[in-house]
Amino acid sequence: MKIEACAIEKWYFRGKGDTNRFFAVKQTDLTLEPGKVTVLTGRSGSGKTTLMHMLSGLLTPDGGKVLADGKDLYAQEDKALSGFRNAHFGMIPQGADVLPVLTVMENILLVQGIYANQSRNPGADRSVGVQDRAQKLLGEMGIADLADVPAGELSGGERRRVCVARALAGTPDVIFADEPTSDLDDENMQIVLQMLKKAADEGAAVLIVTHDQEALDYADVCLKMHAGVPGPAVQTEDREAPSCQEGGAGSDLQIV
Amino acid sequence: MIRISKLPLINLLRRPGRSIALVLLTAFLGFSIFGGSVIVMSLRQGLSSLENRLGADIIVVPSEAQSKSSFKNMLLQGTTGAFYMSSDNLERTLEVEGVESAAAQIFLASLKADCCSIKIQVIGFDPETDFIVQPWIEESCSKDLGPLEVVVGTNVGAQVGETLKIYEERCHVAGRLAATGTGLDSAVYCTIDTMKQLLKAAEAKGITHKVTSDDEDVISAIYVKVREGYDIGKVNSAIQGHTRKASAVRTRSMITDVSGALSGVAQTVTGLIGAVWILAFLILLVAFVMIANERKKEFALLRLLGTSRRMLGALIRREMALCSLTGGALGIAAAAALVFPFSALIETRLKLPYLMPSAPVLALTAAGALLAVLLAGTAASAWAAGRLGRVDPGTVLREGN
Repeated sequence: MKIEACAIEKWYFRGKGDTNRFFAVKQTDLTLEPGKVTVLTGRSGSGKTTLMHMLSGLLTPDGGKVLADGKDLYAQEDKALSGFRNAHFGMIPQGADVLPVLTVMENILLVQGIYANQSRNPGADRSVGVQDRAQKLLGEMGIADLADVPAGELSGGERRRVCVARALAGTPDVIFADEPTSDLDDENMQIVLQMLKKAADEGAAVLIVTHDQEALDYADVCLKMHAGVPGPAVQTEDREAPSCQEGGAGSDLQIV
Repeated sequence: MIRISKLPLINLLRRPGRSIALVLLTAFLGFSIFGGSVIVMSLRQGLSSLENRLGADIIVVPSEAQSKSSFKNMLLQGTTGAFYMSSDNLERTLEVEGVESAAAQIFLASLKADCCSIKIQVIGFDPETDFIVQPWIEESCSKDLGPLEVVVGTNVGAQVGETLKIYEERCHVAGRLAATGTGLDSAVYCTIDTMKQLLKAAEAKGITHKVTSDDEDVISAIYVKVREGYDIGKVNSAIQGHTRKASAVRTRSMITDVSGALSGVAQTVTGLIGAVWILAFLILLVAFVMIANERKKEFALLRLLGTSRRMLGALIRREMALCSLTGGALGIAAAAALVFPFSALIETRLKLPYLMPSAPVLALTAAGALLAVLLAGTAASAWAAGRLGRVDPGTVLREGN
């Protein structure tokens, strides 16, 4: 699935009154291609997560459109958009958030369980074999033995890996990963990045928002966010030496 | 596969501390609504039963009984009483213009002694003229009462077929009356002929009933029905002037006293129920807002995974509904366990007629109380769910990171 952002922007008002407008993301064009890993880096507060939330249907832009295979995400009602997100997007949130009352496996399987009762289950075809895939993913990340442990009892790194497994188990079309490797040791960091790369190789469009420079090794497209604007795209031919350019103050950047 | 519909139950079961707090709160609400409602309904039912059982427009009692409130105490609290006046008063009453019918009763109190099985109020009536006791005795005893045969009130500890010893006379229990919620439930009923026999037996034990030394023929109360078209107040005054050493009391004035007291109690209890409902609703609201704040990230995560606003709201409301139903049911059960067995104590304490409603009415009241608890719980959670639905999940998930 191809995700296209067309002149999207997001602003907030700071302080009292409606005059002090702060742009979290300035007018931006961006495309996430199927089969490619896009890595977005940048300083804290540069607008990376805001951009990702807009692309993933979580945060309505104040201007512009987000298209998923040509379909305007935000033109849909909340119910349809939520179902679409559930069926097509895999999300790894920044806070490594899990439902503490559920076990690790229940956390992963819940994604497919959200619409399981409904006659029109948008992700029905993806729920087949999801438990086996989840078990395999947990095994690859070295936490297979935690499958039946309540997620509330896990450490930060373990939670992070559960989030990765949860996002990948349903083989989504697009994966949005916000700091997927923070809290992880080097070995697990490499494993997680390899998994995301593998998902892209299998056809998913992957967006990784990160501070970790190691992620650049897996990037097909590398962007650096600065003051609400992603830098010009660089098609990385050589993964060993990816080069990223810092975004300028300009807008309407076409990123391919 | 775990279905999201199971999430509310899982949340409640795996977070027992939080769940118990919410269940206790809703149980308190259920307890107050059901317990309070049953008490108010029982008082109203008791009054209605008293009105039905008195069944007369005017009651004539000895002046002494009226001044000591003995008659009212006997009716309401089941205290025993024995007061007498000359039977001439029945003839005099019947002579008054506007009196359609008049029936006399004779009261006798048995003793807590070897001569009597139990201390009890015995009421004798004349089956020929009675229009008060006879109709409801006929509901429990199909045949006419014979010599030394009695019908017992529901609170009297004797079964049909057993015998009760009253002043050494063995009386056969021929029937049991349905509950009235009044002092009449603690009485025994017999014909005037049987009563005369018992009075003689009592006299042998030193219990005198004579009004004057030569007066053998006594009565305790006269129930009067006023002819249609006549002013009850005027007839009452006429009887008062025509009888001797007796007081004529309008039944309504007696009922009004009781009704006034009942109304006060009922208003207080109803007010308390309303106050408890509002208080519990506010506490639930605050509790839910606090819980919603604590679980904001949890709910934002569900949104992130694809749960729609409506689904999230339904999950929150379902969780609270489960809490409310469990707590409400427990509270109602606790109220039933407290109010049902202690109804006699409540009646004694309140000094008012108290008759528990029938099982179907109680079941309906329980259902209504459960609904009120459910309403408070879901309304409180709906407000919290509405607030959460408006929060942007992306922003919530970023908080604290």
